[in-house]
Amino acid sequence: MVYLTRRYRFSAGHRLHNDAMSAEENRRVYGKCNNPNGHGHNYILEVTVAGAIDPATGMIFDLGALDGIVAERVLDKFDHKNLNLDMENFRTQVPTTENLCVEIFGLLRTPLEAAGAERGLQLYRVRLEETSLNSFEYVREHAGSAKGDY
Amino acid sequence: MIYVTRRAEFCASHYYHNPNFTPEENRRIFGKCNNPLGHGHNYTVEATVSGAINPTTGMVMDLKELKVLLEQEVVQLMDHKFLNKEVPAFAEKNPTTENIVVEIWNLLAPKLAHGKLHRIRVYENPDLFADYYGE
Repeated sequence: MVYLTRRYRFSAGHRLHNDAMSAEENRRVYGKCNNPNGHGHNYILEVTVAGAIDPATGMIFDLGALDGIVAERVLDKFDHKNLNLDMENFRTQVPTTENLCVEIFGLLRTPLEAAGAERGLQLYRVRLEETSLNSFEYVREHAGSAKGDY
Repeated sequence: MIYVTRRAEFCASHYYHNPNFTPEENRRIFGKCNNPLGHGHNYTVEATVSGAINPTTGMVMDLKELKVLLEQEVVQLMDHKFLNKEVPAFAEKNPTTENIVVEIWNLLAPKLAHGKLHRIRVYENPDLFADYYGE
């Protein structure tokens, strides 16, 4: 089993705010991330897939297919967007990097594993750097066994 | 348990090709990596060893051993080489990042006298890397 990781980039704006909390609580919990006008980050996304090497190609998965799926399912949807306002799924949950990791794992798992089904490819990890000083990761073993059950 | 990592770098060229595929299949599957004249990368290898801290030295192992092993087994073999033509392991299989990571594991694991090899990571470039844990 070899684990292959590819790094991607997208830039997006967000605001951390929960309507269920008071304005004062939101300011206390989220600090400057609660600024009503929002702010943005250059995110770095790492996608790790795991699989057996195909002896004919020496590869576990076609990198072009990986790039295509990540671009279509994630980068095209997230890049240069306001995560709170442009993204359906973040109208009801706070676009923290933790929630972004879980969301991206869910967006990628089914299409990647379908494309790599012949060789039993698994989406193993999604890691997201919000800035160069912090990063978050969501790993397969914590994501449940059933497809889509994350 | 502590994990200790040592890094080494080598620069090499390669291309991807399977003689059992037609030229058209090779171009389709391997894309620009199929250029038979080869192209190159600056590779970075990370070797991670796991073990308990020796209370006398405060170290898991003497990292010099790992440094020398990486130099002798990997850098001398692969640095400034054309991997397909000059590294026997890649005479008949593609020097993909996946195959390189497994090959480096196989070169280092039997020669490590202290500590247990935990992971090999090979970066083809800063945005693409492969990990192998020996199985």
